[in-house]
Amino acid sequence: MTIYLENARLIDPEAGTERHGNLILDGGVIALVDALSAPKGARIIDCGGKCLAPGIVDIGVKVGEPGERHKESFRSAGLAAAAGGVTTMIVRPDTTPALDTPEMLEFVTRRAASASPVRIRHMAALTKGRAGREMTEIGFLLDAGAVAFTDCDHVVTDTKVLSRALTYARSLGALVIGHPQDPGLSAGAAVTTGKFASLRGLPGVSPMAEPMCLDRDLALVEMTGVRWHADQITCARSLPALERAKANGLDVTAGVSIHHLTLNDLDVGDYRTFFKVKPPLRDEQDRLAVVEAVASGLIDIISSMHTPQDEESKRLPYEDAASGAVALQTLLPAAMRLYQSGHIDLPQLFRALSLNPAKRLGLPQGRLAEGAPADLVLFDPDAPFVLDRFTLRSKSKNTPFDGQRMEGKVLATFVGGQQVFGPDQGEAA
Amino acid sequence: MSFRARHLLGIEHLAPDEIRTILDLADQYVDLNRRTIKRTDALAGMTQINMFFENSTRTQSSFELAGKRLGADVMNMTMAQSSVKKGETLIDTALTLNAMHPDLLVVRHGASGAVNLLASKVNCAVLNAGDGRHEHPTQALLDALTIRRAKGRIHRLTVAICGDIAHSRVARSNLILLGKMENRVRLIGPPTLMPAGVAEFGCEVYDDMAAGLKDADVVMMLRLQKERMDGGFIPSEREYFHRFGLDAEKLAHAKPDAIVMHPGPMNRGVEIDGTIADDINRSVIQEQVEMGVAVRMACMDLLARNLRAERGRAALGTMV
Repeated sequence: MTIYLENARLIDPEAGTERHGNLILDGGVIALVDALSAPKGARIIDCGGKCLAPGIVDIGVKVGEPGERHKESFRSAGLAAAAGGVTTMIVRPDTTPALDTPEMLEFVTRRAASASPVRIRHMAALTKGRAGREMTEIGFLLDAGAVAFTDCDHVVTDTKVLSRALTYARSLGALVIGHPQDPGLSAGAAVTTGKFASLRGLPGVSPMAEPMCLDRDLALVEMTGVRWHADQITCARSLPALERAKANGLDVTAGVSIHHLTLNDLDVGDYRTFFKVKPPLRDEQDRLAVVEAVASGLIDIISSMHTPQDEESKRLPYEDAASGAVALQTLLPAAMRLYQSGHIDLPQLFRALSLNPAKRLGLPQGRLAEGAPADLVLFDPDAPFVLDRFTLRSKSKNTPFDGQRMEGKVLATFVGGQQVFGPDQGEAA
Repeated sequence: MSFRARHLLGIEHLAPDEIRTILDLADQYVDLNRRTIKRTDALAGMTQINMFFENSTRTQSSFELAGKRLGADVMNMTMAQSSVKKGETLIDTALTLNAMHPDLLVVRHGASGAVNLLASKVNCAVLNAGDGRHEHPTQALLDALTIRRAKGRIHRLTVAICGDIAHSRVARSNLILLGKMENRVRLIGPPTLMPAGVAEFGCEVYDDMAAGLKDADVVMMLRLQKERMDGGFIPSEREYFHRFGLDAEKLAHAKPDAIVMHPGPMNRGVEIDGTIADDINRSVIQEQVEMGVAVRMACMDLLARNLRAERGRAALGTMV
């Protein structure tokens, strides 16, 4: 069906501009930008002057299939993503068991395709069982559709194993995603060290664990020439090394989770376990430095790091509680905080949310151009609401933004030219 | 009198005035405890449950005695070998006990913040008897009472806290209390046992006993746990005693009338020399134990008053 989206504020991350205009969606792609009138028979949607941007491509979503479907299924994650303006979920392999064989990848790909209203692409483990000992069948997994390779929060400590896996991945042109947090220093830590951690008596990890491991990883990237992405860069001290690596021409990008951009270590307050994420939230100086790095483009990608945890995993003393927060539906409103505070404009924001992740993974999404997939999000950046976590579509409701005032509502989401969320598909969150 | 809190979870939330109220009342209980007839009926008819998820003899018996002298029905639950072993969560345990309508829950737990979590799920008064590395408020209050009785005041004193600060809830609670009462606090210990960012609490940090103890009015030693002595945090027990153990030579740097404290149980020859611990002119370690019962009586008495007042208001509310 042809859709004519009129009277929209078009956010174009590629050109870095926003302007008023109309779009025609046809055959699953954006058929015409800046259309002057609706084609015959088209469904006309009046955007009411609200923002229309390329749908979010979210690297690092955890879905509980296989192993923890009670926490999140492809269906529930897909519905949450649609309501959050996420049109492509890049799913993590830290499942139970880990996604490390082409057979398993084929199985979850089939399940995902039939269950989710938004696009799902899979990452595969870099080492078997994410155990850091033997590399996975990177070639077969690539053929089966893996878009990147990562052991998620398991850091490969044996540098010989890692260097061989990176070398092999390089020969196939595969993208490897690292989690630069020194595992020894991080062991047992629940928060970032500092005055607050000491006051609360919680075991902390120095933020230095990040640049320490980043330096090691960047040396291996230089040695092997692999395409590499750091999943989360969360502190100021990591930025010079990242800048140097990019200046030296290494094929390196970096991401950060929305939580590290919008929350700091003090938010943990009175042992609120919904604020326990990995790596732990940093102090305000680090948060601001990282926001600045996203604005300047040094950090390329913002992701949700959506990690569903059931109530039982979080209703525990802070040290014992599980890490992670759901964020598919809160990613966009939380990101609007950066826009509302004047740190980042909307084209810059969607460069980090949509364009850069798509480009990094070699996907055609993320652009507002003729011929690009018609994956779009229509949202009102100023609409205020108070978040009630029980309205979230995820099976798990562990969001740190519960009860908080937020601005930015998704009005409609389109995937491949089909509306998957909006007034007709259910009320906006 | 001013004491408004519903629970006693830490020193952090107490105002200086509330601390003074507790100490004043505790003074009265010290007198009572020295009589032959030690009972009052402040908690008559009330039920106190001691839930100790970590083993403790001293603190638990101190709380038990305090409750009994106030006339409460006291029950001890040693959680280390009960339902926790069967996989019950902390919150379920709390809800189970809550259904038995206790009035006071005294809780010790190995995880920081566990007592706060539990307090949010029950409708009685909760006393923190130590949670992880977070707080141990009655210990800080009994230390304050001991200092006040020995020195005549609990302000403008120089207090040195020595030893394993990083793993000590006693140190944290004392640090906060002494700061609130406007004392000069020094922390002395090897840097591996010093928590990060601690200098921002407004205290002075030393890794040398001679410098840290100079002109101190009060020397507070902390227990060094056996599991920290194996080379992970300090090289060996004997090197620790040589550098940080309190002996006559190191104590000579403090004021001539400085008192020596220890929350117990002591490791003689590790953090404190036996002769110092037994010196009746310097050591107030036995007084600390005595003050412990009185302070716990005062805390429970005050919490019970607030609990009765709250229930009274609730009852009035339903009648209207």
